[in-house]
Amino acid sequence: MKAEPKLSVQELSAWYGDQQVLTRVSLELPERQVSAIIGPSGCGKSTLIRCFNRMHELVPTATHRGSVQLDGEDIYAPGVDPVLVRRRIGMVFQKPNPFPTMSIRDNVLAGLKLTSARQGDRDGIVERALSQAALWSEVRDRLDEPGTGLSVGQQQRMCIARALAVEPEVILMDEPCSALDPIATTRIEDMLASLRERYTIVIVTHNMQQAARVSQKTAFLLRGELVEFSDTDALFTQPLDKRTEDYLTGKFG
Amino acid sequence: MGRRTTRPPSRALEQAVRWVCLLAALMPVIVLAVLLFDVVGKGIERLDLQFLGGFPSRRPEQAGILAGAVGSLYLVGLTGAIAVPIGVGAALYLEEYARRGRLARLIETNLSNLAGVPSIIYGLLGLELFVRALGMGRSLIAGAMTLALLVLPIVITTTREALRTVPPALREAGLALGATKWQVVRRMVLPMSMPGILTGSILAISRAIGEAAPLVVLGALTYVNFLPYGPDSPFLALPIQIFNWTRRPQDGFAVDAAAAIIVLMLMLTLLVLNAAAIILRGRIGRRLAR
Repeated sequence: MKAEPKLSVQELSAWYGDQQVLTRVSLELPERQVSAIIGPSGCGKSTLIRCFNRMHELVPTATHRGSVQLDGEDIYAPGVDPVLVRRRIGMVFQKPNPFPTMSIRDNVLAGLKLTSARQGDRDGIVERALSQAALWSEVRDRLDEPGTGLSVGQQQRMCIARALAVEPEVILMDEPCSALDPIATTRIEDMLASLRERYTIVIVTHNMQQAARVSQKTAFLLRGELVEFSDTDALFTQPLDKRTEDYLTGKFG
Repeated sequence: MGRRTTRPPSRALEQAVRWVCLLAALMPVIVLAVLLFDVVGKGIERLDLQFLGGFPSRRPEQAGILAGAVGSLYLVGLTGAIAVPIGVGAALYLEEYARRGRLARLIETNLSNLAGVPSIIYGLLGLELFVRALGMGRSLIAGAMTLALLVLPIVITTTREALRTVPPALREAGLALGATKWQVVRRMVLPMSMPGILTGSILAISRAIGEAAPLVVLGALTYVNFLPYGPDSPFLALPIQIFNWTRRPQDGFAVDAAAAIIVLMLMLTLLVLNAAAIILRGRIGRRLAR
Protein backbone atom coordinates (compact mmCIF):
# COMPACT_ATOMS: atom_id res chain seq x y z
CA MET A 1 0.00 0.00 0.00
CA LYS A 2 2.78 2.39 -0.86
CA ALA A 3 1.23 5.76 -1.69
CA GLU A 4 2.94 8.36 -3.84
CA PRO A 5 5.03 10.69 -1.67
CA LYS A 6 3.93 14.33 -1.47
CA LEU A 7 7.49 15.58 -1.32
CA SER A 8 10.36 13.59 -2.66
CA VAL A 9 13.92 14.72 -2.02
CA GLN A 10 16.78 13.22 -3.97
CA GLU A 11 20.47 13.66 -3.36
CA LEU A 12 19.97 17.17 -2.04
CA SER A 13 23.13 19.07 -1.11
CA ALA A 14 23.26 22.71 -0.11
CA TRP A 15 25.93 25.31 0.50
CA TYR A 16 26.36 28.79 1.89
CA GLY A 17 29.34 30.04 -0.07
CA ASP A 18 32.00 27.35 0.32
CA GLN A 19 30.44 25.86 3.41
CA GLN A 20 28.44 22.73 2.76
CA VAL A 21 25.47 22.38 5.10
CA LEU A 22 23.59 19.48 3.50
CA THR A 23 25.14 16.38 1.95
CA ARG A 24 23.14 14.20 -0.43
CA VAL A 25 19.94 14.02 1.59
CA SER A 26 17.23 11.77 0.15
CA LEU A 27 13.84 11.20 1.72
CA GLU A 28 10.19 10.85 0.79
CA LEU A 29 7.53 12.60 2.81
CA PRO A 30 4.06 11.06 2.73
CA GLU A 31 0.92 13.09 2.09
CA ARG A 32 -1.31 14.20 4.97
CA GLN A 33 1.09 13.23 7.66
CA VAL A 34 3.33 15.11 10.03
CA SER A 35 6.99 14.50 9.35
CA ALA A 36 9.48 15.73 11.92
CA ILE A 37 13.09 16.62 11.28
CA ILE A 38 15.26 16.40 14.37
CA GLY A 39 18.93 16.88 15.03
CA PRO A 40 21.35 19.04 17.01
CA SER A 41 21.72 22.77 16.33
CA GLY A 42 23.47 23.57 13.08
CA CYS A 43 22.81 20.18 11.52
CA GLY A 44 21.05 21.68 8.53
CA LYS A 45 17.42 21.11 9.56
CA SER A 46 16.28 24.63 8.71
CA THR A 47 18.27 24.71 5.48
CA LEU A 48 16.65 21.44 4.46
CA ILE A 49 13.10 22.72 4.74
CA ARG A 50 14.04 26.07 3.26
CA CYS A 51 15.06 24.09 0.19
CA PHE A 52 11.53 22.63 0.07
CA ASN A 53 9.91 25.98 -0.79
CA ARG A 54 12.87 27.62 -2.48
CA MET A 55 13.51 30.04 0.37
CA HIS A 56 17.10 28.79 0.58
CA GLU A 57 18.05 30.58 -2.62
CA LEU A 58 17.05 33.97 -1.16
CA VAL A 59 20.22 33.99 0.91
CA PRO A 60 23.06 35.53 -1.08
CA THR A 61 25.76 32.95 -1.90
CA ALA A 62 23.37 30.06 -1.19
CA THR A 63 23.54 27.20 -3.70
CA HIS A 64 22.18 23.67 -3.94
CA ARG A 65 22.34 20.51 -5.99
CA GLY A 66 19.88 17.65 -6.26
CA SER A 67 16.14 17.71 -6.67
CA VAL A 68 12.97 18.23 -4.68
CA GLN A 69 9.75 16.96 -6.19
CA LEU A 70 6.27 18.05 -5.25
CA ASP A 71 3.72 15.50 -6.50
CA GLY A 72 6.40 14.16 -8.80
CA GLU A 73 7.32 17.54 -10.32
CA ASP A 74 10.75 18.97 -9.75
CA ILE A 75 10.34 22.38 -8.10
CA TYR A 76 13.84 23.33 -9.26
CA ALA A 77 13.19 22.47 -12.91
CA PRO A 78 13.92 25.32 -15.28
CA GLY A 79 10.84 27.42 -15.90
CA VAL A 80 9.35 26.71 -12.49
CA ASP A 81 8.45 29.97 -10.75
CA PRO A 82 9.55 29.87 -7.10
CA VAL A 83 6.63 32.17 -6.28
CA LEU A 84 4.14 29.52 -7.42
CA VAL A 85 6.02 26.86 -5.47
CA ARG A 86 5.69 28.96 -2.32
CA ARG A 87 1.95 29.31 -2.84
CA ARG A 88 1.65 25.51 -2.69
CA ILE A 89 4.17 25.08 0.11
CA GLY A 90 3.63 27.48 2.98
CA MET A 91 6.00 28.23 5.82
CA VAL A 92 5.83 29.13 9.50
CA PHE A 93 8.94 30.63 11.06
CA GLN A 94 10.75 30.15 14.32
CA LYS A 95 9.86 33.57 15.68
CA PRO A 96 6.30 34.78 15.15
CA ASN A 97 6.51 37.51 12.52
CA PRO A 98 3.12 39.23 12.30
CA PHE A 99 2.90 42.26 10.04
CA PRO A 100 3.14 45.07 12.59
CA THR A 101 0.87 47.65 11.00
CA MET A 102 -1.96 45.22 10.28
CA SER A 103 -5.00 44.12 12.24
CA ILE A 104 -5.56 40.46 13.07
CA ARG A 105 -7.94 40.17 10.14
CA ASP A 106 -5.50 41.80 7.71
CA ASN A 107 -2.66 39.63 8.95
CA VAL A 108 -4.66 36.52 8.12
CA LEU A 109 -5.58 37.93 4.72
CA ALA A 110 -2.06 39.25 4.08
CA GLY A 111 -1.07 36.47 1.70
CA LEU A 112 -4.15 37.04 -0.42
CA LYS A 113 -3.73 40.80 -0.37
CA LEU A 114 -0.04 40.72 -1.21
CA THR A 115 -0.63 38.45 -4.16
CA SER A 116 -3.81 40.27 -5.28
CA ALA A 117 -5.61 36.94 -5.16
CA ARG A 118 -9.39 36.82 -5.39
CA GLN A 119 -10.75 37.01 -1.87
CA GLY A 120 -14.45 36.42 -2.38
CA ASP A 121 -15.66 35.59 1.09
CA ARG A 122 -13.14 37.41 3.27
CA ASP A 123 -14.95 36.81 6.55
CA GLY A 124 -15.28 33.14 5.70
CA ILE A 125 -11.59 32.84 4.89
CA VAL A 126 -10.58 34.59 8.10
CA GLU A 127 -12.87 32.46 10.26
CA ARG A 128 -11.83 29.21 8.61
CA ALA A 129 -8.09 29.92 8.84
CA LEU A 130 -8.28 31.13 12.44
CA SER A 131 -10.42 28.14 13.43
CA GLN A 132 -7.96 25.72 11.89
CA ALA A 133 -5.20 27.49 13.79
CA ALA A 134 -7.25 27.14 17.03
CA LEU A 135 -7.34 30.89 17.54
CA TRP A 136 -10.84 31.82 16.40
CA SER A 137 -12.57 31.64 19.77
CA GLU A 138 -9.92 33.88 21.34
CA VAL A 139 -9.94 36.65 18.75
CA ARG A 140 -13.36 36.57 17.09
CA ASP A 141 -14.44 39.73 18.90
CA ARG A 142 -11.30 41.73 18.17
CA LEU A 143 -10.38 40.98 14.59
CA ASP A 144 -9.72 44.66 13.93
CA GLU A 145 -7.22 45.07 16.72
CA PRO A 146 -3.52 45.03 15.82
CA GLY A 147 -2.00 41.58 15.46
CA THR A 148 1.00 42.62 17.52
CA GLY A 149 -1.29 43.07 20.54
CA LEU A 150 -1.66 39.29 20.89
CA SER A 151 0.52 37.13 23.14
CA VAL A 152 3.51 35.50 21.48
CA GLY A 153 1.75 32.13 21.39
CA GLN A 154 -1.34 33.69 19.83
CA GLN A 155 0.84 35.54 17.34
CA GLN A 156 2.39 32.28 16.22
CA ARG A 157 -1.05 30.72 15.74
CA MET A 158 -2.05 33.83 13.78
CA CYS A 159 1.00 33.30 11.57
CA ILE A 160 -0.10 29.70 11.05
CA ALA A 161 -3.58 30.97 10.11
CA ARG A 162 -1.93 33.40 7.71
CA ALA A 163 -0.11 30.51 6.04
CA LEU A 164 -3.32 28.44 5.92
CA ALA A 165 -5.38 31.24 4.38
CA VAL A 166 -3.59 30.95 1.04
CA GLU A 167 -4.55 27.24 1.01
CA PRO A 168 -1.18 25.57 0.53
CA GLU A 169 -0.83 21.81 0.22
CA VAL A 170 2.26 21.50 2.36
CA ILE A 171 3.14 23.50 5.47
CA LEU A 172 6.75 23.77 6.59
CA MET A 173 7.30 24.71 10.22
CA ASP A 174 10.73 25.83 11.33
CA GLU A 175 10.88 25.24 15.09
CA PRO A 176 7.48 26.92 15.49
CA CYS A 177 7.39 26.47 19.25
CA SER A 178 10.92 27.41 20.23
CA ALA A 179 9.86 30.93 21.29
CA LEU A 180 6.74 29.73 23.10
CA ASP A 181 5.89 28.60 26.62
CA PRO A 182 4.72 25.01 27.31
CA ILE A 183 1.01 25.84 27.25
CA ALA A 184 1.25 27.67 23.92
CA THR A 185 3.35 24.79 22.62
CA THR A 186 0.68 22.28 23.60
CA ARG A 187 -1.96 24.23 21.73
CA ILE A 188 0.08 24.17 18.54
CA GLU A 189 0.85 20.48 18.93
CA ASP A 190 -2.85 19.71 19.36
CA MET A 191 -3.60 21.78 16.30
CA LEU A 192 -1.13 19.79 14.20
CA ALA A 193 -3.13 16.63 14.84
CA SER A 194 -6.19 18.15 13.19
CA LEU A 195 -4.28 19.96 10.46
CA ARG A 196 -2.84 16.77 9.10
CA GLU A 197 -6.26 15.68 7.95
CA ARG A 198 -5.92 18.27 5.20
CA TYR A 199 -2.27 19.23 4.92
CA THR A 200 1.11 17.62 4.60
CA ILE A 201 3.20 19.00 7.43
CA VAL A 202 6.95 19.09 7.90
CA ILE A 203 8.11 20.31 11.29
CA VAL A 204 11.67 21.04 12.28
CA THR A 205 12.26 20.73 16.00
CA HIS A 206 15.15 20.42 18.38
CA ASN A 207 12.75 18.94 20.88
CA MET A 208 12.76 15.15 20.53
CA GLN A 209 9.69 14.69 22.72
CA GLN A 210 7.79 17.04 20.50
CA ALA A 211 8.75 15.03 17.42
CA ALA A 212 7.62 11.85 19.17
CA ARG A 213 4.29 13.42 20.15
CA VAL A 214 3.23 15.01 16.89
CA SER A 215 4.82 13.16 13.99
CA GLN A 216 4.26 9.95 12.09
CA LYS A 217 7.63 10.04 10.36
CA THR A 218 10.91 11.31 11.75
CA ALA A 219 14.17 12.15 10.06
CA PHE A 220 17.36 12.44 12.07
CA LEU A 221 19.89 14.81 10.60
CA LEU A 222 23.50 15.09 11.75
CA ARG A 223 26.11 17.47 10.28
CA GLY A 224 24.12 17.85 7.10
CA GLU A 225 23.66 14.15 6.52
CA LEU A 226 20.49 12.15 6.89
CA VAL A 227 21.29 9.45 9.43
CA GLU A 228 17.93 7.79 9.67
CA PHE A 229 14.41 8.29 8.39
CA SER A 230 11.55 6.02 9.39
CA ASP A 231 8.24 5.79 11.21
CA THR A 232 8.43 7.86 14.36
CA ASP A 233 7.53 4.93 16.63
CA ALA A 234 10.25 2.79 15.13
CA LEU A 235 12.89 5.49 15.21
CA PHE A 236 12.31 6.29 18.84
CA THR A 237 12.02 2.69 20.09
CA GLN A 238 14.39 0.79 17.84
CA PRO A 239 16.78 3.16 16.11
CA LEU A 240 18.80 1.36 13.45
CA ASP A 241 21.81 3.62 13.61
CA LYS A 242 24.09 3.89 16.61
CA ARG A 243 24.29 7.69 16.20
CA THR A 244 20.51 8.00 16.36
CA GLU A 245 20.44 5.99 19.53
CA ASP A 246 23.21 8.10 21.07
CA TYR A 247 21.37 11.30 20.21
CA LEU A 248 18.02 10.01 21.52
CA THR A 249 19.56 8.84 24.77
CA GLY A 250 21.27 12.17 25.25
CA LYS A 251 24.88 11.09 24.75
CA PHE A 252 25.33 14.23 22.63
CA GLY A 253 23.13 16.97 21.38
CA MET B 1 41.67 52.36 56.69
CA GLY B 2 43.19 55.02 54.55
CA ARG B 3 42.81 53.04 51.31
CA ARG B 4 42.88 55.44 48.39
CA THR B 5 42.23 53.75 45.11
CA THR B 6 41.35 56.92 43.25
CA ARG B 7 42.02 60.56 43.58
CA PRO B 8 39.04 62.41 45.01
CA PRO B 9 37.03 63.77 42.09
CA SER B 10 37.47 67.43 41.42
CA ARG B 11 34.06 69.04 41.62
CA ALA B 12 35.38 72.18 40.00
CA LEU B 13 36.57 70.27 36.92
CA GLU B 14 33.24 68.39 36.66
CA GLN B 15 31.36 71.67 36.70
CA ALA B 16 33.74 73.36 34.27
CA VAL B 17 33.37 70.58 31.69
CA ARG B 18 29.62 70.76 32.03
CA TRP B 19 29.52 74.50 31.40
CA VAL B 20 31.97 74.41 28.51
CA CYS B 21 29.89 71.72 26.81
CA LEU B 22 26.69 73.67 27.39
CA LEU B 23 28.30 76.74 25.83
CA ALA B 24 29.34 74.67 22.82
CA ALA B 25 25.81 73.40 22.45
CA LEU B 26 24.37 76.90 22.67
CA MET B 27 26.80 78.38 20.15
CA PRO B 28 24.90 77.48 16.97
CA VAL B 29 21.62 78.54 18.54
CA ILE B 30 23.07 81.92 19.47
CA VAL B 31 24.53 82.46 16.01
CA LEU B 32 21.24 81.57 14.36
CA ALA B 33 19.34 83.85 16.74
CA VAL B 34 21.66 86.79 16.02
CA LEU B 35 21.33 86.19 12.29
CA LEU B 36 17.55 85.98 12.43
CA PHE B 37 17.30 89.01 14.70
CA ASP B 38 19.49 91.07 12.39
CA VAL B 39 17.70 90.00 9.23
CA VAL B 40 14.20 90.39 10.62
CA GLY B 41 15.10 93.79 12.10
CA LYS B 42 16.32 95.00 8.73
CA GLY B 43 13.85 93.39 6.44
CA ILE B 44 10.49 93.07 8.15
CA GLU B 45 9.42 96.60 7.23
CA ARG B 46 9.99 95.84 3.58
CA LEU B 47 7.68 92.79 3.56
CA ASP B 48 4.59 94.29 1.97
CA LEU B 49 2.40 93.25 -0.92
CA GLN B 50 4.33 95.42 -3.32
CA PHE B 51 7.54 93.59 -2.39
CA LEU B 52 5.98 90.13 -2.46
CA GLY B 53 4.17 90.75 -5.72
CA GLY B 54 6.80 92.85 -7.50
CA PHE B 55 9.46 92.11 -10.08
CA PRO B 56 13.13 93.14 -9.90
CA SER B 57 13.81 96.80 -10.42
CA ARG B 58 16.70 99.19 -10.60
CA ARG B 59 15.18 101.14 -7.74
CA PRO B 60 15.40 99.17 -4.46
CA GLU B 61 12.12 100.55 -3.10
CA GLN B 62 10.27 99.31 -6.18
CA ALA B 63 11.92 95.89 -6.41
CA GLY B 64 10.01 92.74 -5.56
CA ILE B 65 10.62 89.01 -5.22
CA LEU B 66 7.69 87.50 -7.07
CA ALA B 67 9.83 86.20 -9.94
CA GLY B 68 12.45 84.77 -7.57
CA ALA B 69 9.98 83.17 -5.18
CA VAL B 70 7.85 81.61 -7.91
CA GLY B 71 10.99 80.57 -9.79
CA SER B 72 12.29 78.84 -6.65
CA LEU B 73 8.98 77.02 -6.11
CA TYR B 74 8.92 75.77 -9.71
CA LEU B 75 12.57 74.83 -9.42
CA VAL B 76 12.29 72.74 -6.26
CA GLY B 77 9.02 71.22 -7.46
CA LEU B 78 10.70 70.01 -10.62
CA THR B 79 13.81 68.98 -8.67
CA GLY B 80 11.68 66.84 -6.36
CA ALA B 81 9.78 65.33 -9.27
CA ILE B 82 13.08 64.28 -10.84
CA ALA B 83 15.19 63.39 -7.79
CA VAL B 84 12.64 61.49 -5.68
CA PRO B 85 11.60 58.78 -8.19
CA ILE B 86 15.19 58.24 -9.31
CA GLY B 87 16.51 58.29 -5.76
CA VAL B 88 13.87 55.89 -4.44
CA GLY B 89 14.46 53.62 -7.43
CA ALA B 90 18.20 53.58 -6.82
CA ALA B 91 17.71 52.91 -3.11
CA LEU B 92 15.28 50.07 -3.87
CA TYR B 93 17.81 48.53 -6.21
CA LEU B 94 20.65 48.76 -3.71
CA GLU B 95 18.62 47.52 -0.72
CA GLU B 96 16.20 45.03 -2.22
CA TYR B 97 17.61 43.74 -5.47
CA ALA B 98 21.38 44.11 -5.65
CA ARG B 99 23.48 41.18 -4.60
CA ARG B 100 26.46 42.28 -2.55
CA GLY B 101 28.66 42.28 -5.61
CA ARG B 102 31.04 44.50 -7.48
CA LEU B 103 28.30 46.57 -9.13
CA ALA B 104 26.64 47.43 -5.81
CA ARG B 105 29.99 48.39 -4.30
CA LEU B 106 30.83 50.53 -7.32
CA ILE B 107 27.53 52.38 -7.05
CA GLU B 108 27.90 52.85 -3.31
CA THR B 109 31.42 54.24 -3.53
CA ASN B 110 30.37 56.68 -6.21
CA LEU B 111 27.34 57.76 -4.21
CA SER B 112 29.46 58.77 -1.26
CA ASN B 113 31.85 60.51 -3.66
CA LEU B 114 28.97 62.40 -5.23
CA ALA B 115 27.72 63.51 -1.82
CA GLY B 116 31.12 65.10 -1.20
CA VAL B 117 31.36 67.05 -4.46
CA PRO B 118 31.01 70.84 -3.94
CA SER B 119 27.78 72.18 -5.33
CA ILE B 120 29.52 74.61 -7.69
CA ILE B 121 31.00 71.62 -9.52
CA TYR B 122 27.46 70.39 -10.12
CA GLY B 123 26.79 73.78 -11.64
CA LEU B 124 29.66 73.32 -14.08
CA LEU B 125 28.44 69.83 -14.93
CA GLY B 126 24.92 71.13 -15.48
CA LEU B 127 26.23 73.94 -17.68
CA GLU B 128 28.18 71.56 -19.91
CA LEU B 129 25.73 68.66 -19.94
CA PHE B 130 22.22 70.08 -19.74
CA VAL B 131 22.59 73.66 -20.92
CA ARG B 132 25.05 73.06 -23.75
CA ALA B 133 25.34 69.39 -24.78
CA LEU B 134 21.66 68.58 -24.41
CA GLY B 135 20.67 72.02 -25.63
CA MET B 136 18.27 72.84 -22.82
CA GLY B 137 19.56 76.37 -22.52
CA ARG B 138 19.52 78.33 -19.28
CA SER B 139 16.10 76.95 -18.46
CA LEU B 140 14.18 75.83 -15.38
CA ILE B 141 14.50 72.21 -16.41
CA ALA B 142 18.29 72.46 -16.75
CA GLY B 143 18.43 74.03 -13.28
CA ALA B 144 16.11 71.42 -11.81
CA MET B 145 18.13 68.55 -13.29
CA THR B 146 21.34 70.01 -11.91
CA LEU B 147 19.82 70.41 -8.45
CA ALA B 148 18.33 66.91 -8.72
CA LEU B 149 21.82 65.49 -9.26
CA LEU B 150 22.99 67.50 -6.28
CA VAL B 151 20.35 66.15 -3.88
CA LEU B 152 20.14 62.64 -5.29
CA PRO B 153 22.65 61.23 -2.76
CA ILE B 154 20.51 62.63 0.08
CA VAL B 155 17.35 61.00 -1.26
CA ILE B 156 19.12 57.69 -1.85
CA THR B 157 20.79 57.58 1.56
CA THR B 158 17.69 58.49 3.56
CA THR B 159 15.52 56.11 1.54
CA ARG B 160 17.97 53.26 2.10
CA GLU B 161 17.91 53.95 5.82
CA ALA B 162 14.12 53.93 5.77
CA LEU B 163 14.02 50.64 3.85
CA ARG B 164 16.44 49.10 6.32
CA THR B 165 14.07 49.74 9.21
CA VAL B 166 11.70 47.10 7.77
CA PRO B 167 12.79 43.82 9.40
CA PRO B 168 14.03 41.13 6.98
CA ALA B 169 11.78 38.61 8.74
CA LEU B 170 8.74 40.45 7.36
CA ARG B 171 10.08 40.27 3.81
CA GLU B 172 10.64 36.53 4.28
CA ALA B 173 7.13 36.15 5.63
CA GLY B 174 5.71 37.89 2.58
CA LEU B 175 7.77 35.83 0.15
CA ALA B 176 6.85 32.61 1.95
CA LEU B 177 3.18 33.47 1.42
CA GLY B 178 3.81 33.30 -2.31
CA ALA B 179 4.17 37.01 -3.01
CA THR B 180 6.63 38.17 -5.64
CA LYS B 181 9.47 40.43 -4.67
CA TRP B 182 7.76 43.43 -6.22
CA GLN B 183 4.50 42.63 -4.41
CA VAL B 184 6.36 42.51 -1.11
CA VAL B 185 8.19 45.75 -1.89
CA ARG B 186 5.14 47.64 -3.12
CA ARG B 187 2.52 46.46 -0.64
CA MET B 188 4.66 46.05 2.46
CA VAL B 189 8.15 47.51 2.43
CA LEU B 190 7.35 50.81 0.71
CA PRO B 191 4.27 51.65 2.82
CA MET B 192 6.16 50.84 6.02
CA SER B 193 9.12 53.01 5.08
CA MET B 194 7.07 55.83 3.56
CA PRO B 195 7.49 58.30 6.47
CA GLY B 196 11.27 57.98 6.23
CA ILE B 197 11.24 58.35 2.46
CA LEU B 198 9.05 61.46 2.61
CA THR B 199 11.19 63.03 5.31
CA GLY B 200 14.32 62.41 3.26
CA SER B 201 12.69 63.90 0.18
CA ILE B 202 11.72 67.03 2.06
CA LEU B 203 15.22 67.37 3.47
CA ALA B 204 16.59 67.06 -0.05
CA ILE B 205 14.22 69.72 -1.31
CA SER B 206 15.17 72.02 1.59
CA ARG B 207 18.75 71.65 0.49
CA ALA B 208 17.85 72.47 -3.10
CA ILE B 209 15.81 75.55 -2.24
CA GLY B 210 18.78 77.28 -0.62
CA GLU B 211 21.37 76.53 -3.32
CA ALA B 212 22.73 79.49 -5.25
CA ALA B 213 26.18 78.49 -6.47
CA PRO B 214 25.23 75.87 -9.08
CA LEU B 215 22.51 78.13 -10.45
CA VAL B 216 24.88 81.07 -10.77
CA VAL B 217 27.29 78.92 -12.77
CA LEU B 218 24.41 77.57 -14.80
CA GLY B 219 23.47 81.10 -15.74
CA ALA B 220 20.16 81.72 -14.05
CA LEU B 221 19.06 85.26 -14.86
CA THR B 222 19.21 88.02 -12.32
CA TYR B 223 16.69 90.31 -13.94
CA VAL B 224 13.42 88.61 -14.84
CA ASN B 225 10.22 90.55 -15.16
CA PHE B 226 7.94 87.64 -15.94
CA LEU B 227 6.90 84.39 -14.27
CA PRO B 228 8.20 81.06 -15.59
CA TYR B 229 5.94 79.85 -18.38
CA GLY B 230 7.13 76.28 -18.52
CA PRO B 231 10.09 73.95 -17.99
CA ASP B 232 11.99 75.63 -20.83
CA SER B 233 11.51 79.10 -19.38
CA PRO B 234 14.43 81.24 -18.20
CA PHE B 235 14.13 81.71 -14.48
CA LEU B 236 15.20 83.52 -11.35
CA ALA B 237 15.55 81.85 -7.94
CA LEU B 238 15.40 83.40 -4.48
CA PRO B 239 18.99 82.65 -3.43
CA ILE B 240 20.23 84.23 -6.66
CA GLN B 241 18.05 87.26 -6.11
CA ILE B 242 19.49 87.61 -2.62
CA PHE B 243 23.04 87.13 -3.84
CA ASN B 244 22.48 89.74 -6.51
CA TRP B 245 20.95 92.30 -4.18
CA THR B 246 23.72 91.97 -1.60
CA ARG B 247 26.26 92.90 -4.27
CA ARG B 248 24.54 96.18 -5.12
CA PRO B 249 25.97 99.37 -3.60
CA GLN B 250 22.68 101.05 -2.67
CA ASP B 251 21.59 100.57 0.96
CA GLY B 252 18.04 99.91 -0.15
CA PHE B 253 19.04 96.65 -1.77
CA ALA B 254 20.48 95.38 1.52
CA VAL B 255 17.02 95.84 3.01
CA ASP B 256 15.51 94.02 0.04
CA ALA B 257 17.99 91.18 0.54
CA ALA B 258 17.09 90.93 4.23
CA ALA B 259 13.40 90.79 3.38
CA ALA B 260 14.04 88.11 0.75
CA ILE B 261 16.01 86.08 3.28
CA ILE B 262 12.98 86.19 5.60
CA VAL B 263 10.84 84.76 2.81
CA LEU B 264 13.40 82.05 2.08
CA MET B 265 13.60 81.14 5.76
CA LEU B 266 9.82 80.93 5.95
CA MET B 267 9.76 78.53 3.01
CA LEU B 268 12.44 76.40 4.67
CA THR B 269 10.60 76.42 7.99
CA LEU B 270 7.47 75.27 6.22
CA LEU B 271 9.36 72.36 4.70
CA VAL B 272 11.00 71.40 7.98
CA LEU B 273 7.67 71.58 9.82
CA ASN B 274 6.19 69.29 7.19
CA ALA B 275 9.01 66.81 7.67
CA ALA B 276 8.51 66.95 11.43
CA ALA B 277 4.78 66.36 10.99
CA ILE B 278 5.44 63.26 8.89
CA ILE B 279 7.90 61.87 11.43
CA LEU B 280 5.46 62.52 14.27
CA ARG B 281 2.57 60.95 12.43
CA GLY B 282 4.71 57.89 11.73
CA ARG B 283 5.64 57.60 15.41
CA ILE B 284 2.10 58.03 16.64
CA GLY B 285 0.76 55.60 14.05
CA ARG B 286 3.27 53.01 15.15
CA ARG B 287 2.36 53.52 18.78
CA LEU B 288 -1.31 53.07 18.00
CA ALA B 289 -0.54 49.92 16.05
CA ARG B 290 1.30 48.44 18.98
